[in-house]
Parts: sequence; C-alpha cells; structure tokens
Amino acid sequence: MRNLLIFITKYNAFFLFVIFEISSLIIYVKYNAFQKATFISSANDVTGNLYSRINGFYDYLSLKDVNDSLARENANLRNQLKSSFYIDTLAKRKVTDTIYKQQYEYITAKVINNSFNRSYNYITINRGSKDGIAVGMGVISSAGIVGKVVNVTPHMANVQSMLNKYSRFSVMLAKNKEIGSIQWTDELDQHKGMLVDVSTNAQPTLGEAVLTSGYSLFPEGIMVGKVSNLHPKDGAVSLNMEVTFAVDFSKLQYVNVVDNKFQNEQDALEALQKKDDQNSNH
Amino acid sequence: MIRTVTINIIRFVVLVFIQVFLLKNINLYNLATPYLYILFILLLPFEIPNLLLFVLAFLTGLTIDAFYDTPGLHASACVLLAFVRVLFISITVQKEGFDNEPEPTLSIMGFRWFLTYAVVLTLFHHFFLFSLEAFHLSEIQYTLSRFVSSSIFTVFLMLVTGLLFFRKKERK
Repeated sequence: MRNLLIFITKYNAFFLFVIFEISSLIIYVKYNAFQKATFISSANDVTGNLYSRINGFYDYLSLKDVNDSLARENANLRNQLKSSFYIDTLAKRKVTDTIYKQQYEYITAKVINNSFNRSYNYITINRGSKDGIAVGMGVISSAGIVGKVVNVTPHMANVQSMLNKYSRFSVMLAKNKEIGSIQWTDELDQHKGMLVDVSTNAQPTLGEAVLTSGYSLFPEGIMVGKVSNLHPKDGAVSLNMEVTFAVDFSKLQYVNVVDNKFQNEQDALEALQKKDDQNSNH
Repeated sequence: MIRTVTINIIRFVVLVFIQVFLLKNINLYNLATPYLYILFILLLPFEIPNLLLFVLAFLTGLTIDAFYDTPGLHASACVLLAFVRVLFISITVQKEGFDNEPEPTLSIMGFRWFLTYAVVLTLFHHFFLFSLEAFHLSEIQYTLSRFVSSSIFTVFLMLVTGLLFFRKKERK
C-alpha cells in the first residue's frame, strides 16, 4: 500500500494526465453526439452575451453589405405587391379574392455566432422557442438556403449550417425539375456543394439554377446555388454535379426561419401511412 | 508571487480574447488556423504544481470550447499539452538554481530552447486536436496539411509574441 502511494506520487503527472484526459474525452464524445445540447456552447448566457456585444461592433463593419441586400430584398418584395401587377381579366380578380390559408411563416433572426471553417459548422441565432422556433425548421437568408434548426433555448437557437457534413436537403434543377439532394463537398470549400442522386435523364447545363424542391423543410423554389461543374466525379450510378452556393456563409447577418404550418399534419399523416404498411406486412 | 498570478490572469484573458475574436476568423488558404491561446499553458511558471497545471490546462481548454462550440475537444488537447510540457521540462531543465520564479519565456530561456519547446508542444497539441476533430482516416491528407500549416502559423505567432515582450538580461 505504501509502495503504491509512493509510486503514484512519483508519477503523479501521468496519473493526472489520464484522469483529465478521460474526463475531457467523455465530455467530447457525449456532448458532440447530441448536437451540442449543453451549457458549454455559444448559446449560454456568458458567451452568448459576449458574442452579441462583439457582434454589435462587427455590424458597423458590414453595414454597407447589409444595406445592399436589404435594398435588393425590398425591390424583390415590391415586385410581388399586388399593385405591381396589371389585372386584365375577371378570372384573375377572382383569384385575388380567394382567402388563402397561410402555410409558411417567416421569423426574422440575427446571426450572433457563425463558423464556416470546420467539418461540422453551426450558426447561433438570436431567436428561440419564445419566438416560435422549434427544432427541425428550415433557415433561409435573402440569397438562399442556410440550414436547419437543431437546438433551441428560450432566446437562442443553434442552426446546423449547409456547411456541415450531416446536412442533406432535397433540391431540384430549375429547368426540368429533376430531383436530387444537395450536400457539402469533401474538400470543405465554403462556396461549393455537391448535388447528387440526379436521374441520368436530366440534362443539366452549366450555370443552371438549383432550387429547393418542396419535399424538404423549405417552400418550393428557394435559391440554393448554380451548377458550376458538370463532371466532378465519374463512375457514379446517377449524375452528380458541383454547385456554387448562392449564400456567402462568411458574411451571414440576417436569416429567416421557415415555420411550415402544415408540418405536424404532414408528419402525422406519414406516420399513419408507415403504421399501415407495417400492419399489412404482418 | 502575487505578481506572477496577476500576470498570468491578464495573459489568460488577453490570449482567450485574441483567440476567440480575432484568430477564430483567420483561415489562411482554407488550411491554417492558428491556436495561439496555448501560449498561456506554455508560459506558466516552472515551479507550478502538476495538479494546478492540469486543472488550468483543462479550464483553458473548456473556455475555448465554450466559444468554439466543441465541448471537450480543446480541453483534451490542452491536457495532453500539459503532460508533454511536464515531460519536456523534466528532460531539458534542471529544477535547481532558479532565483526568482522564472517562467519559460523567450527572454529568460534563450531562443534555441524556446523554439524547440514551442515547436514540440505545438505539434503534439495540434496533431491531437485536428485528428480528434476529423475523427476518421478518410481525409487524412487534408487533416495532415491543416495540422502542419496551422502548427507553423501558431509557432510563428508565438515567436512574434515572445520577441514583442522580449526583456533583456533577466538571467545573467
């Protein structure tokens, strides 16, 4: 027993090393597997507060870019106003009289922490469950899609960015509506994504727009990027192509969280279908 | 004693601040990201007890993790760094004969010793950090090039910092 104690005190550095290393590895493995659902993250009070202060300073530096994008978005919205359409038939007037039920609602949020140079990137935004944000909602910016919400606190939320190897969204080619999925490239380039699993019938052209398909969290037709290389990887069963993202992730300032009002209904319906399938198999 | 503690607290705050709000945004050629904050652990005094050294390294790592959203990643790399530091110092430095609580700085220990010290410790820390972050072998080439370029960048910044705070003739 005494010898053991002497042994431990003599090599105390090694034993301390083992103890601390194991505890930090436990933290690493445990919390990273659950999408950072922990207080050691940038959504906690201290770091969140510090980040928003520093952000206040950064905001001044990018005022010009933000103004430009706001002006562009304003112009876009103005184009969609009823007053900017010429109503030429009775039929059309009838359509405008119809009361639509709103399916998608947008919640504006500000980016208070952002990463884009790691393999798994996340964004923190300043809106949370109190503002109606829930896990699984899509996030877009004025330029295109950004990612999806993976973690929510009352006042903040973590967004799994498009620049994350877990991210995979259903998209389509603008011209012939061929469906595929978009994911990040293996080279970890913050401007490039990979569109995979496109049917071989599709005839994509260079520079063709890639839009969301409506099968994912986003409304149909939101910009994702442009096709920039038609043959990045040969030898695959289906077509794949390189896409340049429309969003510049390093300059992200304001985003919109998409709340699909029918999501619960759709999920319930699809769960019912699955249940039926299982029952008929037995 | 109190002076040493104050200096180290200031050093900790400044290095974490620089790391989180300045160096975090630097990403040369999509490869090199410097992690200068480990300089805090490197510059702790020689006679610090091992337990305190490991606790400080662990806490430094956790602080950086909180800002980087990677709980445990930097903490484990820093604990490894502390262990390598203990080994390196026990091999290269005689414990006796220090007058006034010297620290392993560039100005006290000389350029050659400090360069070896910084390079060895940075390589261990960065290698562990990058391989743990990637966690699989499929992008081994990319991970290795990130590791090498980031290490060079970090050591360069350490030397610049060391020369910036160079004080002449502390050790006769």
